[in-house]
Amino acid sequence: MPAITLPWWVLILVAFLLALFPIVGATFYVQLGAKIMIMAIFALSLDLLVGHAGLISLGHAAYFGVAAYTLASLSPKYEAANLWLTLPAAMITSALVALIIGFFVVRTAGVYFIMVTLAFAQMLYSIFHDTKLGGGSDGIYITVRPELGVFGVKPLDLESPVQFYYLALIFLILVYLFLDRLLHAPFGRALAGIRANEQRMRSIGFPVFGYKLAAFVLAGALAGLAGYLAACQFGFVNPDILAWHQSGIVLMMVILGGMGRLHGAVVGAFSYVMIQEVLSAPAVLGAYAKHWQLAMGSLIVVIVLALPHGIGGWIDVALRRRSYRHLDIDTETNP
Amino acid sequence: MFYLIQLLNAVQYGLLLFLLSSGLTLIFGIMGVINLAHGSFYMIGAYLAYWLAKLTGSLWLAIPLGIVIAFGIGLLLETTLIRQLYKRDHLYQVLLTFGLILVFEELRSIFFGDEVHGVAVPAMLNYSIPLTDTLSYPVYRLFVTGVCLVIAAVLYFVIQRTRVGMMIRAGTSNREMAASLGVNTSLLFAFVFAAGMALAAFAGTIAAPISSVFPGMGNHILIICFVVVVIGGIGSINGAMIASLAIGLSDTVGKVVAAEYSAVVVYLVMAAILLWRPQGIANKA
Repeated sequence: MPAITLPWWVLILVAFLLALFPIVGATFYVQLGAKIMIMAIFALSLDLLVGHAGLISLGHAAYFGVAAYTLASLSPKYEAANLWLTLPAAMITSALVALIIGFFVVRTAGVYFIMVTLAFAQMLYSIFHDTKLGGGSDGIYITVRPELGVFGVKPLDLESPVQFYYLALIFLILVYLFLDRLLHAPFGRALAGIRANEQRMRSIGFPVFGYKLAAFVLAGALAGLAGYLAACQFGFVNPDILAWHQSGIVLMMVILGGMGRLHGAVVGAFSYVMIQEVLSAPAVLGAYAKHWQLAMGSLIVVIVLALPHGIGGWIDVALRRRSYRHLDIDTETNP
Repeated sequence: MFYLIQLLNAVQYGLLLFLLSSGLTLIFGIMGVINLAHGSFYMIGAYLAYWLAKLTGSLWLAIPLGIVIAFGIGLLLETTLIRQLYKRDHLYQVLLTFGLILVFEELRSIFFGDEVHGVAVPAMLNYSIPLTDTLSYPVYRLFVTGVCLVIAAVLYFVIQRTRVGMMIRAGTSNREMAASLGVNTSLLFAFVFAAGMALAAFAGTIAAPISSVFPGMGNHILIICFVVVVIGGIGSINGAMIASLAIGLSDTVGKVVAAEYSAVVVYLVMAAILLWRPQGIANKA
């Protein structure tokens, strides 16, 4: 079964609307939009593992955070770092960390995989929290945002929220297209095969370990891209960005949007951030706004019980008037 | 003498981990559910100890009351929510119990605030045994070690020698077969889940005077318990015991040898075990 994709005209329409948004949106909403797109990249990277390779990682924030820390430690104190140097460095660092951790975790399956990814992510969290490596529990400020200068030409100024928004949009489109191609390429087909029946793939001669590890490293690198952009936007990193809470949230985004569909990750990131904005707004919940996690936690419980395919699955049905009941079989046979 | 103190601390910490991870491993082994909210019950236990000890004026009353309350909450949780998860993918178990963590953590913040609270050691145990002129060992820690040992022994007896234990072992090795041979699985599952929660809460209660109670206390220990379960092998009580002590020891060694990096040692032990025996030390391949 090919990866479920939206019709191309829907994608182009959405990209077009996203590109027009800063013209009408106030600065606050432009920044929120950029944040959503960064989280969408993060969710896309996790969906490659969860939705397409059947690997449920509960430690994905580690790779997001490692890249953010890489940017923070490579940034000079009062000058701008160069994006063309620091971005690849950050993504390569994340990929390397994912390669080392993946070497251990990919040998496990099912519930072991969940626990072990969580444990290794927590190890990185303790390293950044307990040692002086990344400024300890206080974190590091990135005082000047990276610049995109090549030979004196600066196409985008990241200090401007609108231009940063467009950078995030460009990366989101690139990641989306890349993953779309990848999943339709032999590599993606092999991952789908492993997800459906790992034993059979092994017996017909596929190097299953290698494929899974490659997916893990790739997902780590893409999470690194998102982490790099997030660090750019907030201008600050601390150990909380790689805490397991963050890993749980991004997993929630993937499920919310419906896993195994690229647009699902985007829808999920959008829905989660918007729900969070509403729940934590004092105008909506009054004094309970600061306890928004209570409402969020309850909502997660309800969504798991009531919407097994997430909001994305619901949209699919609405769009195509087609039932995705057969997806159930897919997810249940691969613990 | 310094090493004796460290060894005693290691054993005490390891046994405390055992109280938590035995429930975690059994719940996974029997029901196939990965329960992230396990750490929350540790926290609930600790806050119950703080609250009930203040209310009743005695930790001795707070401990049994805390166990009963935690057992009740566990029973309620199993019958309303956890039961829905038995047939679902691990992914949804992770998410639902993650949602529960957020709920418990916020309820804690609403009812008890975000400050760190201390819990007084009961007067009759509030002294230390002098070892040398300068070093001494608090009796309360010895008490915790003793209680954990007693519970481990009871747990062993229940699982190996009683009818309920027989059902638990049958459930771990083959759920469907046990059910078809007449084991009332829905009752058994509810009992095991609630008992696991009560054990976790009990660990929190008796640890409260040592560690004090603070926000997020359940999350760190949950992840350490996952490490224990991974090392020991899922569903194995013996494995959980060995792994708990091993983690208690390596954590203490880490603290003595490389204080800043002590948290890493535990995970390195796990990484080594994964290479050597990915299915856990107690489980056959």
